[in-house]
Amino acid sequence: MAAVLDTARPATGKGTSRRPEIIGIALLLAALMVAPFFVYPFFLMDALCFALMACAFNLLVGYAGLLSFGHAMFMGTGSYICAWLAVTYGQPVWLGIIAGVAAATLLGALTGVLAIRRQGIYFSMVTLALSQLIYFVAVEASFTHGEDGLQPVAQGKIFGGLLDLSQPLQLYFCVLVIFAAGFLLIYRIINSPFGEVLKAIRENEPRAISLGYKADHYKFMAFTLSAALTGLAGATKAVVVQHASLSDVYWTTSGSIILMTLVGGMGTILGPVLGAFIIEGMQNYLATAGQWVSVIQGLVFVVCVLAFRKGIIGEVAARLGIRL
Amino acid sequence: MFQFMHYPPQLWFGQLSLGLINGSFYALLSLGLAVIFGMLNIVNFAHGAVYMLGAFCAWFLLNGFDIPYPVLVHGHLALASAHLPSHLNMWWALFLSPLFVGIFGMILQRTMLRRLDGLEPIYGLLLTFGLAAIIQGLLQNAYGSSGEPYDIPGVLSGGHNLGFMFLPNYRIFVVVASSIVCFGTWFAIERTRFGATLRAATENPKLVQAFGINVPLMITLTYGLGVAIAAFAGVLAAPIYQVNPTMGADLIVVVFAVVVIGGMGSILGSIISGYMLGLIEGVTKVIYPQASGVIVFVIMAVVLLMRPSGLFGRAS
Repeated sequence: MAAVLDTARPATGKGTSRRPEIIGIALLLAALMVAPFFVYPFFLMDALCFALMACAFNLLVGYAGLLSFGHAMFMGTGSYICAWLAVTYGQPVWLGIIAGVAAATLLGALTGVLAIRRQGIYFSMVTLALSQLIYFVAVEASFTHGEDGLQPVAQGKIFGGLLDLSQPLQLYFCVLVIFAAGFLLIYRIINSPFGEVLKAIRENEPRAISLGYKADHYKFMAFTLSAALTGLAGATKAVVVQHASLSDVYWTTSGSIILMTLVGGMGTILGPVLGAFIIEGMQNYLATAGQWVSVIQGLVFVVCVLAFRKGIIGEVAARLGIRL
Repeated sequence: MFQFMHYPPQLWFGQLSLGLINGSFYALLSLGLAVIFGMLNIVNFAHGAVYMLGAFCAWFLLNGFDIPYPVLVHGHLALASAHLPSHLNMWWALFLSPLFVGIFGMILQRTMLRRLDGLEPIYGLLLTFGLAAIIQGLLQNAYGSSGEPYDIPGVLSGGHNLGFMFLPNYRIFVVVASSIVCFGTWFAIERTRFGATLRAATENPKLVQAFGINVPLMITLTYGLGVAIAAFAGVLAAPIYQVNPTMGADLIVVVFAVVVIGGMGSILGSIISGYMLGLIEGVTKVIYPQASGVIVFVIMAVVLLMRPSGLFGRAS
């Protein structure tokens, strides 16, 4: 099945300039450098973690045409493993983050083998079901401490006291470095020959196969990479909020990640970041509104799908005549 | 008294009859999903929400409905409500609730889902996900998450003592009622002239329209039918599980796994896999209760490895 997303466009070639993207990325990183001096740093850190998750998710949906409805399982795995090492064994958080990424990568490889056996809409349902499986494991397993979750993750001093993560600004710049590394890696992947093949598979899978590309192999790689980066974001979030809980693995979190990407623009490099800040900001603002958050998120979903499928960045680029 | 695999027979029959009941709900919901997917090419994420809506509708019919309206209190906008009394019991609800929810579904299809014609099916999934969040969120605002009990008609209370177990009448009723609806839907689609037209319209809508058949209307009715079946399941579930805004949210994920196992290509396949997985879940509850929540997903993983297109699916 050829994934004909609204964001579909010819592969990068003549007539497409990367300049608007590069200017956008530079502006974004510059803004993030000064932002903590004006905005509450914990909100920024939380949003950056979700932004990295949305970018990792976008790598899959925007460039490989695979809509995963189960990314919460990678986020939850990263966050639980990191918190487990830190809380139960008193290990430093950097080790927890590495272990969290490793665990999410392994889970991504295992679930990827299963999920890419089905295409299109079935792929979404399979990933959703697998993530619910991981959720039930998290509920039953003893190391996750069930409803209580794992806390507190001691941020402490790392690298021989060089960095004191209990200082908000030092923690913020660590999170920013992790986000920037993940984000630039994704940008590099998208613009690599590997990324071009992914786009070709998204546009016309049978044709890519007939040209000799092993589509399943590429999809598996993209899925595992996306899982690893989502795990990185999840583990980092566990350090920021000092807590790993069942809501990290629950499928509504997958829904939030999808919504962020959809609002910002699927298949655009900056869209998911913008979307993450908007949705996180909204949730922060509406924190006291209880279940109205769910209603408003649902409304945003409906409006985006009906009238706004390119997302904010996609629509703006289309208005300005920029081909992203 | 005999024992099977060291477990007492009361436990076996109790869990198997509960498994059959859960299987009835899986069958009804996956059947509706299959019918809708066949005609609209949309996976209806709102299916769990309309199931829950069906249960709430039954509860409203029995206990009356509070109509909220805005009022000004000391210059501030507030919500007041007017009570609309109603005392219609479950027999009424089994008809009226699917009817109301079906009409609601048809309105959703006409106003929103129809706009997604010709787009990727993932947009249908995303739109219905949003609709499910709205419906569930609104009811959670109004009724919390604790759940409301729902009484069954006197005829269905009580049960039979079969010697080896006590079988509540209501369980028999649920299995019989769901089988009738499942078989009726299968018969209507596979064995009647209307069903033949419907299947033809699924295969080639343009050609069927050229014969003078109103295909858009047919699509709307199909969505209404699928949603009404889910609401019917919701009414049946109301006395067993409490009427709760979240009752459909986790169920829909299990039903998706059932649909992946059975494949959405066949009506009969979705019915059989629904009952089968309910029973397997019941068996798991006896042998290894901790795994009862995940067994359906594990089976899905195994099926994906052995037969990627599903047990009854056509290889694509």
